[in-house]
Amino acid sequence: MKVAVLSGKGGTGKTMLSVNLAAASGPSTYVDCDVEEPNGHLFFKPDESSEETVSVLVPRADRNECDGCMACVRFCRYHALAYSLDRLTVFDDMCHSCGGCAEICPRKAITEHPREVGVVRTGRSGDVSVYTGTMNVGEAAGLPVIRRLLEMTALSYDENIFIDCPPGSSCSVMECIKDADFCVLVAEPTIFGAHNLEMVSELVRVFGRPYGVVLNKVIENERDPSEEYCLDNGLPILGRIPFDIGLGRICSEAGIASRENVVFERMFREIYEKMTEMVSR
Amino acid sequence: MKIIVPVEGASGISEISGSLGRAPYYLFYDTEVGVATYLENPVADSPSGAGVGAAQTITDAGADVLLTLRCGDRAYEVLREAGIKVFLAPSGDAGSGIEAYLQGRLSELTDFHEGHHHGAV
Repeated sequence: MKVAVLSGKGGTGKTMLSVNLAAASGPSTYVDCDVEEPNGHLFFKPDESSEETVSVLVPRADRNECDGCMACVRFCRYHALAYSLDRLTVFDDMCHSCGGCAEICPRKAITEHPREVGVVRTGRSGDVSVYTGTMNVGEAAGLPVIRRLLEMTALSYDENIFIDCPPGSSCSVMECIKDADFCVLVAEPTIFGAHNLEMVSELVRVFGRPYGVVLNKVIENERDPSEEYCLDNGLPILGRIPFDIGLGRICSEAGIASRENVVFERMFREIYEKMTEMVSR
Repeated sequence: MKIIVPVEGASGISEISGSLGRAPYYLFYDTEVGVATYLENPVADSPSGAGVGAAQTITDAGADVLLTLRCGDRAYEVLREAGIKVFLAPSGDAGSGIEAYLQGRLSELTDFHEGHHHGAV
């Protein structure tokens, strides 16, 4: 089962939940797709076994061959190319690596060259395979790194794959959930949290993915706007993680609660079992 | 000399646009002919890269000078490459801006903002 863990905002507990689910569900794969600031490895501290750079292709024009017809400039929807005087300028960070410019050039003056945008590290932590993607500093787009991560983990033999998504509901999140069997939405008990829950729940419905909500930082007998949103709109609730000082302490020391404490292990295990049940239904 | 100004409208007294890439039109004024014409901005609604697209339009039009309120770093790279000078326009109507330029009252733009484009792919 491939499980994507997402939330509309940062800091709701995506990494905490996905790390603990991976640790509590037997041999599994944990994929950190939050490539702007991957934190899962801080908890797993994996024995890193391999590192691979991720590159995208960007065009370069041969000045001797280019006759300035500007077919490529007109073709590029992202305006990553401009031509002035007798020179083609390429804005690498605006290029979507579609290869269309090279294809359309009547003089075959454009060739594509790799440009490094990030790195993927893999390692083991107990019975969890840990995949971490990191964008290079200054890069605008994390998608190439996310795609490579998902490509690599698609071959995993583990029964469960947990995808720790970037926050929000943009295209990088869509990439992470499009092949998921189940989506877990993590929500905070605030009005802002409920608003962001609404955004991501709309997204997973557009993608037609089965999903459930985990309410995090739950304080007993206090109003929880995210829970109210779930109840009002019929969103299935997979579990409630208490706003607990013991759990907070383990997390703040980069520990994995489901490995350190049987009560927490049971709690995460129950969330995992609930989603398994929903997927098999 | 050919002067280009991003403007909000294509007739009468047109306001200088606050955005170089997203301006709906460019006012094109040839001082030798003394006639103003308007060019449509084909990339005004482009999801990304409007600045570079606009710079390409301005370059292709054969402008010598651009008067603008703002200009992004990528657009500037294209304009500089093409030898087009970029001057800081006063806000208001384009005609007064051109007049101010011709009287030598404008100075070259030195502050180019970073692109707003969204992540690739």
